[in-house]
Amino acid sequence: MADWKDEVEEIVFDGKICVPYSWTVGSTLSKWYGMMRDNAEIWANRCPSCEMVFVPPRKKCIYCYKDMNDWVKLAGTGVLETYTVVQHPEPGVYPKEPPFVYGIVKMDGADTGLVHFIEGVEPDKVKSGMRVEAVMSKEREGNFMDIECFRPIE
Amino acid sequence: MGNRVGIIGVGQTHHAAKRLDASGVELISEAVTRSLDDAEMTLDQIDAIVIGNMDHFENINYVDMWATDGLGACMKPVFKVSTGGTTGTTLGACGYYHAGCGLFDTVMMVGWEKNSESDTQAAIATCANPVLERDAFAGAIGPLASEYSMYMKAYGATQEDAAIVAVRDRNNALNNQYAHNQMKVTVEDVMNSPMLSFPIKFLDICPRSDGACAVIFASEEKAKALCPRPAWVHASVVRHDYTHFGDLEWKGMPTLERASKEAYKIAGIADPLKEFDVAELYIPASTCGVKWMDSLWFCDKGGAPELVRKGTLEIDGQLPVNPSGGVIATNPIGATGLIRVGEAAWQIMGRAGDHQVPDVEKALVTGFGGCSWSDVIILGAELP
Repeated sequence: MADWKDEVEEIVFDGKICVPYSWTVGSTLSKWYGMMRDNAEIWANRCPSCEMVFVPPRKKCIYCYKDMNDWVKLAGTGVLETYTVVQHPEPGVYPKEPPFVYGIVKMDGADTGLVHFIEGVEPDKVKSGMRVEAVMSKEREGNFMDIECFRPIE
Repeated sequence: MGNRVGIIGVGQTHHAAKRLDASGVELISEAVTRSLDDAEMTLDQIDAIVIGNMDHFENINYVDMWATDGLGACMKPVFKVSTGGTTGTTLGACGYYHAGCGLFDTVMMVGWEKNSESDTQAAIATCANPVLERDAFAGAIGPLASEYSMYMKAYGATQEDAAIVAVRDRNNALNNQYAHNQMKVTVEDVMNSPMLSFPIKFLDICPRSDGACAVIFASEEKAKALCPRPAWVHASVVRHDYTHFGDLEWKGMPTLERASKEAYKIAGIADPLKEFDVAELYIPASTCGVKWMDSLWFCDKGGAPELVRKGTLEIDGQLPVNPSGGVIATNPIGATGLIRVGEAAWQIMGRAGDHQVPDVEKALVTGFGGCSWSDVIILGAELP
């Protein structure tokens, strides 16, 4: 490294700009979140070509690039495919205090996974392959946290 | 088919957690100057420049403008690329495309990052879809942890297998004067380091670094004229598949499987373990250094733990992986992939110094980004 610091003290300048963003959810997810908020239901959509069922739903099939207008209501249950137990705090990133668990749930009736928090179970008791169900939030606002978490089925 | 392209010069900074002795632009000039020295060239001989980093790590929007003086880009064609973790290997692809298309003879690719200037985890989390997955699957560590958690269950891989990879890369870095983390560690040290996100522990994961790298690519004629032993580009392949994290096939790594298969086909590689003499792989966590070996066709599905345990990928093994210490030792993110390209080129050119592997004829390079993108670049001493 440079030796100029022997004679000069380095100066670090703190930035002040913090840019606020807001995101347009779009036609497909507005419908999805609306059904979650108003009816406490989780829906998926199906590709007319390859028949894959996607949750979260999206406008175009990622494989066929076909519009997906065929909606399917899911039962809200599924299998935890994989998970991690987060132990390190990242206050700027994580919405929860560690330790907490998140993972990927393959919902019954869908072909893709849904990422979410796993609660109602001690972190060291969580296992890949366990059956889980969605817990809907009481106060729903039309966003991802309208599903409060997934918990093991007794 | 493009024209033949060779790498003729590589330069990198000394990397560190915080380079308070240099601004971002100064880091860039350090790498640029060293690459020109390595190639024994002057800036006048460079026809075009591409720069790469991730805007949100330093909050500088137009680095192609902001870094003009450090880049030496005044009145030259220059633009920026930014593809997440793959930024550096995208620069490698850009070098190949620029020199291979016939429009430019000598081009300089520059990757850099000053990760100390912001919150790396928060910045990385912005790669996730903000209205879906950003909260529930945030950060760089958790997704990689979930991936290995699934691989362990599917194939009986262990945390110790990952620790062997961490030990290999970290100890290799002791022979690399440019590496950020320089620490001798044992499997026990890795296993005893704090759990960050099960099953990934502190010594399993890459650091965030300040640093830069520059690599000079040239057309066949120029490369032959300017360099005694260029590292020729034999293949450069890119594959993306992400829409949502939940869509991914987590037991394997389809983008890496497809990209490497295509690159091997182009370069005529039938048995990668035998035919490559060295590999510089983008392994951001030691767990990937186990699981992704399946995806590079080094073994059958689930065979990677055995390869790792047998020492096949150690510095004195059949295929030395990451003699430089890799990403686990050094990670200035926008430069990280380009360092893989530069290190592999140096191995072929015989300029890798204390971590030189003897008699390198063919080298494999990978890049990883987003979730879950893969770049594969193959370099060789012989003309392709």
